[in-house]
Amino acid sequence: MELVCPAGNLPALKAAVDNGANAVYIGFRDDTNARHFAGLNFAPNKMVEGIRYARGKGVRVFIALNTYPRPDGFGRFEQAVDKAAELGVDALIAADIGVLDYASRTHPTLNLHLSVQGSATNYEALRFYHEQFGIRRAVLPRVLSISQVKHVIEQSPVDIEVFAFGSLCVMVEGRCILSSYATGRSPNTYGACSPASHVEWIETDSGLDTRLGGVLIQRHPKGENVGYPTLCKGTFNTDGLTYHAIEDPVSLNAMELLPEMQAAGVKAIKIEGRQRSPVYVAQVTKIWREALDSFERSPSSFTPKPEWTAALGKVSEGAQTTLGPYHRPWQ
Amino acid sequence: MSCPLGTQKQVTMNNPQPPTASAQSGHRPRLSLGPITYYWPKEQVDAFYAMVAEAPVDIVYLGETICSKRNQVRHEDWLAIAERLAEHGKEVVLSTLTLLEAESELKRLRAICGQDQFMVEANDMGAVRLLAGRPFAIGPSVNCYNDRTLSVLAKQGLKRWALPVELTRETLEQMQRAKPAGVETEVMAYGRLPLAYSARCFTARHKHLPKDDCRDVCMDYPDGLVVNTQDDQQFLVLNGIQTQSAHTVNLLAELPAMRELGVDILRISPQSQRMDQVIALFHRALSDALEPAEASAQLNALMPVGPCDGYWHGEAGMAATAA
Repeated sequence: MELVCPAGNLPALKAAVDNGANAVYIGFRDDTNARHFAGLNFAPNKMVEGIRYARGKGVRVFIALNTYPRPDGFGRFEQAVDKAAELGVDALIAADIGVLDYASRTHPTLNLHLSVQGSATNYEALRFYHEQFGIRRAVLPRVLSISQVKHVIEQSPVDIEVFAFGSLCVMVEGRCILSSYATGRSPNTYGACSPASHVEWIETDSGLDTRLGGVLIQRHPKGENVGYPTLCKGTFNTDGLTYHAIEDPVSLNAMELLPEMQAAGVKAIKIEGRQRSPVYVAQVTKIWREALDSFERSPSSFTPKPEWTAALGKVSEGAQTTLGPYHRPWQ
Repeated sequence: MSCPLGTQKQVTMNNPQPPTASAQSGHRPRLSLGPITYYWPKEQVDAFYAMVAEAPVDIVYLGETICSKRNQVRHEDWLAIAERLAEHGKEVVLSTLTLLEAESELKRLRAICGQDQFMVEANDMGAVRLLAGRPFAIGPSVNCYNDRTLSVLAKQGLKRWALPVELTRETLEQMQRAKPAGVETEVMAYGRLPLAYSARCFTARHKHLPKDDCRDVCMDYPDGLVVNTQDDQQFLVLNGIQTQSAHTVNLLAELPAMRELGVDILRISPQSQRMDQVIALFHRALSDALEPAEASAQLNALMPVGPCDGYWHGEAGMAATAA
C-alpha cells in the first residue's frame, strides 16, 4: 500500500519525503484547496522546487484542487488545473464536476483522483466519475465500515485510497456545511472548516470560552487544556445533557486495521494534516513507514508497536484516537 | 425581449445563455414540498399527504432521504402515496437516499431509479449514474456550485437542479445567466437547513443505543432533537445521521428577487406541525394575494424555533437579516 502524506509547505514536503512517504499531496496558496489557511501552501516556484525534491527521491506529488468554484471563480480553477498539468504532477485531486470535466477534456493525460470532498461513498458514484472523467483513484469519505470499504473496492472501477490517521471529519466530506452555518465559510466554498478568522477566545470568571462565529463551542474551566473550537467537536446541551453531542475531540488512527485494509484491496493510505508542522509530518510519516514496512515483512503477525501508538496518541487532537467509522460501534 | 438581469453586475461566462422567458418579471414560480426528513409513524405520513393532496402545492417530493433503517413507509407504500397525489393533480418526484453505504441501499435505489412512472430526484452521484439518459432532478445535497457542473449533468438528462443551500443570491444570479437551456432552478425557501450527513447516528448515540439496534428512536423526535449551546442558544437539530439547523430558513420575503432571477420553483421542507398554514402562506404570496414581506412575517410565527436567511445574503447561514 502506498503511503500518502500531507505537506503544507516545502519543509513539510521534505520531511515527508525524507521519512518514507511514497507520495505527498500539496495545494496552491489560495481557496482552491481544502486547507486554505494563512501562511500555508505553495507558491508556484516552491511547488517546482518541491516536485523536483520529491522526484529526486522517487516520491510522487499530488496537487489537491478540491473545493467547489462558483461561476465567477471558475477561471482561477482552470488556471490552477493548467498549472498542475504544466508542472507535470503525478495526480490532480479534484472534487467539483465542472473542474473534473475541464481537466479531463483539456489535459487528457493528466492523472485524476477524486477527492474525499467528492463524497463518493458507493461504487455507482465511483463509476460515474470513472465513466465521465476517467478518474483512476478515489479517496473514500470517512463513513464506511471496513467491510463496506471491501465491498466498494470489489465493485470499484478505480483504485481506492482511504484515510488512516489524523483529524477525523465526522461528517461526509463535501456534504458538511456546519462551518458556514456559523461563519459563512465552509470547506466547499472557502477551503476551511471552523476558520481561525471567526474564532474568539474569551476569558470569563470561571475559565475560558471559545466561540466560533459568535457561537459558544466550548466552555473550559480554569486549568483545563484548551482545544481548537472545531464546530463538530464542541460541547453542547441536548435534552438536559451536556456532552460532545456530535463527536469527542479525537483523531483517527487506523493502524491496527492495516491487515484488513490490505485484504480489502486498499491501494493507498492517507495521512491527514497539511495544516500541521514539518516536525509533526516527519514524526508521523516515520512511524507509519515503519509500520507499513513491518506489516509487509510479516503480514500475519502484524500488530502496532505500543511505542508507535503512544507517539501517535501524543500528537493527536485531544490526545485520543479512535478507529472511527471503520469500526461499527463508533457509528 | 426585456432583460431583467441587464442592470445587474456583469459576469464573465464562456457560454452565456439569454435569460429564459420564465425570467420575466411577473413570472410565478411553482411551489414544491420537499421529502419528509424526519421519521414519522405511517399513520402520520398518510395523514400528512392526505392534507397535501388538497393543498395548493404543485410538486411533491416523496421518499426516505435520510436513513434506510426508517421502514415505516416502504417502497410500495410510497408509490401508492405517489399515485394518490398524482390523481389530485400533483407532479410527483421520487427522492433517493442521500448517503449510500450498503448494498441493500443500492438495491432500493435501483428500484426507485428503475421505475418510469415518476421522475426521480437524485441525492447522490450514484443515483445520477443510474438515471443517466432519462429526465431527472438533483436535490440540494448534490454539489452543483457552478454552471459547468450543470452543463455536464444536463448532458446526462438533468431537468431540474436545486441550489445548494449554502450558496448566495449572487451566485444564483451567476448560475441563472449561464445555466444550460431546459434546466429548471429550484430554491429551498422554507425549512430547517440540511447541514451535514454522517455514518454516525447522533440520535441513537444520544440515547446510548448502537446504530444497528436503534429501536427507531428517531420516531420520538418528529422535528428532530435540538442541540443548544452551553449559553442556551438553540443551534442545531440532530435527525439521525443528519444534522440540520435549529432555525428555519425563510426566503419568502425574497420572492420578488426570485421572480426577477427566474427561479422556477420554491421548495418548502416539511415540519410536523402547522404545515398546512405554511403552504397557505406561500400560496397566497405566490398568487399575489398577500405581500411577500407580510407572509414572511406570519411564517416566522409557525416555526419550531425561529427564522434564518443568512446564506442568501452571503452571511453565516444562521444569520437572520429579514427577521
